[in-house]
Amino acid sequence: MTDTARAVSRAATPGAADRARSPRRGRLSATQWTGLGFIAPLVAFLAIFLMVPIGRGIVLSTQEWTIRSFVTGEAPFVGLRNYADVLTNPVFPQIAWQTFLFVTVSLVFQYVLGLALAVFFARRFPLSTTLRSLILLPWLLPLVVSATTWRWMFNQDFGIINSLLGGADIGWLTDTSVSLWAVIIANIWLGIPFNMVLLYGGIQGISEGLYEAASLDGAGPWRKFFSITLPLLRPVSAVTLLLGLVYTIKVFDVIWVMTRGGPVNSSHILSTWAYQISFEADRDLGTGSAVAQLLVVVCLVFGFLYIRAQRKEAQS
Amino acid sequence: MRSGTRTWVDTTIGIAVCAVLLFPLYWMVNVSLTRPQDLLRPRPHLFPTDPTFDGYTAALSTQLPSLVTSMIIGVSTVALTLAISLPAAYAMSKLKTRATGPVLFLLLIAQMIPGVVLVMALFALYAQVGLINTYPGLVLANATASVPLAVIILRAFMLQIPDELIDAARIDGASSWRAFRSVVVPLSRNAVVTASLFSFLFAWADFLNARSLTQGNSIVPFTLALFRFIGAETTNWNAVMATAVIASVPAVVLLVVAQRYVAAGVTTGAVKD
Repeated sequence: MTDTARAVSRAATPGAADRARSPRRGRLSATQWTGLGFIAPLVAFLAIFLMVPIGRGIVLSTQEWTIRSFVTGEAPFVGLRNYADVLTNPVFPQIAWQTFLFVTVSLVFQYVLGLALAVFFARRFPLSTTLRSLILLPWLLPLVVSATTWRWMFNQDFGIINSLLGGADIGWLTDTSVSLWAVIIANIWLGIPFNMVLLYGGIQGISEGLYEAASLDGAGPWRKFFSITLPLLRPVSAVTLLLGLVYTIKVFDVIWVMTRGGPVNSSHILSTWAYQISFEADRDLGTGSAVAQLLVVVCLVFGFLYIRAQRKEAQS
Repeated sequence: MRSGTRTWVDTTIGIAVCAVLLFPLYWMVNVSLTRPQDLLRPRPHLFPTDPTFDGYTAALSTQLPSLVTSMIIGVSTVALTLAISLPAAYAMSKLKTRATGPVLFLLLIAQMIPGVVLVMALFALYAQVGLINTYPGLVLANATASVPLAVIILRAFMLQIPDELIDAARIDGASSWRAFRSVVVPLSRNAVVTASLFSFLFAWADFLNARSLTQGNSIVPFTLALFRFIGAETTNWNAVMATAVIASVPAVVLLVVAQRYVAAGVTTGAVKD
């Protein structure tokens, strides 16, 4: 065993090899040391590229960054001033509201359409498997590619969408009153496959016998949906919606490619706004990070609700 | 109850639904084949009536370097991701490491932290150590997205590999490393393909890291090139869409390949008891 531990540790991490030579020093067994050797690269990676950046992000949000800081990497400590700047910024309530709209409207439509598709494809008919996998395609394409396509489709003068609307003259990406809706529509489209896959999996888990029994009792398709499918799908729905929420609030590429959050902030959500403050305009990485920390809090809160929902689903 | 005509009605509806959902992709292909003068019409043609491949010629002559750059970044990200994730997944599934619980928790957090948040901090860190505008910098940043998913996929798969297979190798005198290399990794081939596929797609599609952690023209993946392309006012959209179509090919190819691999159960071939 000791030989094994040594060989493995040496291969995985040079540092662990010395310690593995005297496994009795700690209370860890040789197997535990072997395991640690194998997992060490991952732990090191997570420490450097996850934990350190998270910490650095919090520090950043308390610093005043200027153009000069981008060269030196150093900036003076200003306490909570960046947070105060964000919360008192007149644009903040508008962008918080837009974030809320973007997330809730996206989620509701993605879920309802995804569920409708999942129920439909659960009927199984010729070609259903092929068609179902085709619908996954938008999910796998680079977001920049899809967003570029939507940008051209939404073009005011030459876009297919205005043309299909009977020659409408809507400035989807240039009018402050509709730009948010344009990015929401594109984002709903992007999220449908994800919702369909998870919900379809959930429907597959519902016993066929329940539907047969309901049929014998004379229940129609709507009755079956509301009395069997929907209630039994609740744990899967919770997981789908919570995960969808975390993913939706992270959205960046779609909005950035389609509108860059404009015109005049009208399609910004917190993530694109944080990015713009940090990397465009004043390059104020400190204030941008303060916005980013608000985003982290929201993600973690719903992330933990997601983990809880997932545990519940696994138990049921 | 269900007659033959009824199921074909379903198929027809299914095809119609698919057509609507995939319309943007059709439109991407259609525009890529449309002549520039036809693009600037208030009522665009629904079909490429006079198709031209000029868009593709333009795309290949100007965008090829960026596609190669994306390929280099994608393949490197896969290599790094597997190097980190494979041994870790083995430790977390077969070696009963006590670190498993905490590490799984960290992986979940990693999946939840928005990319925008991470890239800001990475920028500040990279600026201090000189990783801005470097391939390793980009690959490492991309791996923050792919490693958590890869570990979870690989671990879930390895948990299903029967312990007897590893025990048998150990009784024959194989070390943990040997058992890992000669038994666990070959058996996990399908999970490795799946994890590699997703890692590649993450890196291939990355826009945020490329936009934030590079400057100038030294490293320009296609996502960034496409973004700059559409920013120019005089842009020829058939070339843009041709680039987009070419950039979609790996996703389509890899989807087909992966479906085959994911479908095949590994242990079914290895264990017959």
